[in-house]
Amino acid sequence: MRSGRLFSLLALTFALSSAPVFTYAQHEENHEAAPVAVAEAAHEGHHEEKKEGFNASEVIFGHIGDSHYWHFFDVNEHPVSLSLPVIIYHPEKGLEVFSASKFHHGHESYNGYMIDPNSKMKEKIISEDGAKIIDFSITKNVLSMIISVVLLLTIMLNVAKKYKKNGAMVAPSGFQNALEPVITFVRDEVAKPNLGNKYMRFMPLLLTVFFFIWINNLLGLLPGGANFTGNISVTACLAIISFLVMVFSGNKHFWGHLFNPPGVPLGVKFLLVPIEIISLFIKPIALMIRLFANILAGHIVILSVISMIFIFAGLSKVAGWGFAPVSMAFTIFMFFLELLVAAIQAFIFTNLTAVFIGQAVEEGHDHDMHHEDYHAHNPETGQEYNVSKQEIIA
Amino acid sequence: MDLLTPELGLFVWTLLAFLIVFFILRKFAWKPILNSLHERETGIADSIAAAERVKKEMSQMQADNEKLMMEARAQSAQMLKEAKEMKDSIINKAKEETKVVADKMIADAQQQIQQQKMAALTEVKNEIGKLAVEVAEKVIRKQLATADSQNDYAQMLAEEIKMN
Repeated sequence: MRSGRLFSLLALTFALSSAPVFTYAQHEENHEAAPVAVAEAAHEGHHEEKKEGFNASEVIFGHIGDSHYWHFFDVNEHPVSLSLPVIIYHPEKGLEVFSASKFHHGHESYNGYMIDPNSKMKEKIISEDGAKIIDFSITKNVLSMIISVVLLLTIMLNVAKKYKKNGAMVAPSGFQNALEPVITFVRDEVAKPNLGNKYMRFMPLLLTVFFFIWINNLLGLLPGGANFTGNISVTACLAIISFLVMVFSGNKHFWGHLFNPPGVPLGVKFLLVPIEIISLFIKPIALMIRLFANILAGHIVILSVISMIFIFAGLSKVAGWGFAPVSMAFTIFMFFLELLVAAIQAFIFTNLTAVFIGQAVEEGHDHDMHHEDYHAHNPETGQEYNVSKQEIIA
Repeated sequence: MDLLTPELGLFVWTLLAFLIVFFILRKFAWKPILNSLHERETGIADSIAAAERVKKEMSQMQADNEKLMMEARAQSAQMLKEAKEMKDSIINKAKEETKVVADKMIADAQQQIQQQKMAALTEVKNEIGKLAVEVAEKVIRKQLATADSQNDYAQMLAEEIKMN
């Protein structure tokens, strides 16, 4: 029991984002012969699987998916979790709000709603009458986002207050000092090179995007944290915002080049214009998929490495213990890598947003004379764009 | 594929939260922060430029001062030289004048001494003459005290006259 607890502690400390695994560790060590009395919710389905052994994919997908519970750990097979509010819009019955605890971890239906038992990867609420319902629940991801928003607002407003209180000519101190280089980095390395003299107009958007993604990436790395930025709904939302900003700030020169590229023969135009239009939509899709895939992949890798301990433990106890240090070392390495990725992905998303907006607001040069130059002396833009295409392929 | 299908609920919440964060931060955080940063940067640039300007002015002033000092030094040296010359000339002149006066005084004194000497000599001479005359008178008176001697003398004188 004691060694089991110690081991669990180790797992919690080092494999920070492995709360579901942590619960599994206890089960594996302590209750191997215990009967399955309480079944878990569908997303934590490893309880049912226990008889057959450890099911890594259940654990991993349980973690990276969204949920109507915030699950921390299990005590004697009873999950310790926070039941979150469910908000459902039914086309006939209208809006309904109740606690997810009413579902009793997916085993009871409530008011004609139930958790879809057929959906393995995702915890989905369906209506028993088969109606198309829209789920506006405060899920784990939404709650995580609300926490991040509160953090972000608290930090930034306090820092801003300090600027107002101290005036401009006082050297920054404390958290202000930590944030200032990041803000100036976004301004000098992201906004200014891509947006030229119009950078001040887009600075609030770029800074908000950067810090919003960054803080959510970091919160996602905390133990038991949600996989918020690794969810495609989130990245789609952010990508659409930057796409809309790009479209609505596009000037005449941008649209002119898009629909009627100057200096191109008519025949080529028929080929070029569709390609240009497709590339316009590829940009936000690239943004969406890059962030989603990077964060998701990070979470999956860390969880997989942790899961390996239990896969080995399923073979024999000795193998599990033996593999634990290797797995821990690799997890720690991955964790540092993910810390880096959290910042890098926030930067890349912001930078590409700036690049796309920069293309949209760029002032035209003399169309016919310097058209070639225009492409020649804008290598940065082209480079970034190539990167994004490669990443899609990857 | 479940992972790749966006959910409307999460999408809407994210959109809502992002927009709220964006508008709040834009108004209450980014604007003041960016303005302060800009203000500070221009302030620092201005200060550096001002310092540079002051430095230049200082060096200019220093050069001016140096020049003024040089001039003043040269002037004072000139003045000293002139004063020395003047002093020398005054001393020389004074010396010459003194010499002239002294010479004159010596000459006068010598002349006076000469005069006094001559006067004294003349007086001595006159006194000696007078004495001699008196002595001669006394002697003659003695010799011519008797009638015979008077006659003899008169005889002798007469003879002399006659002889002449």
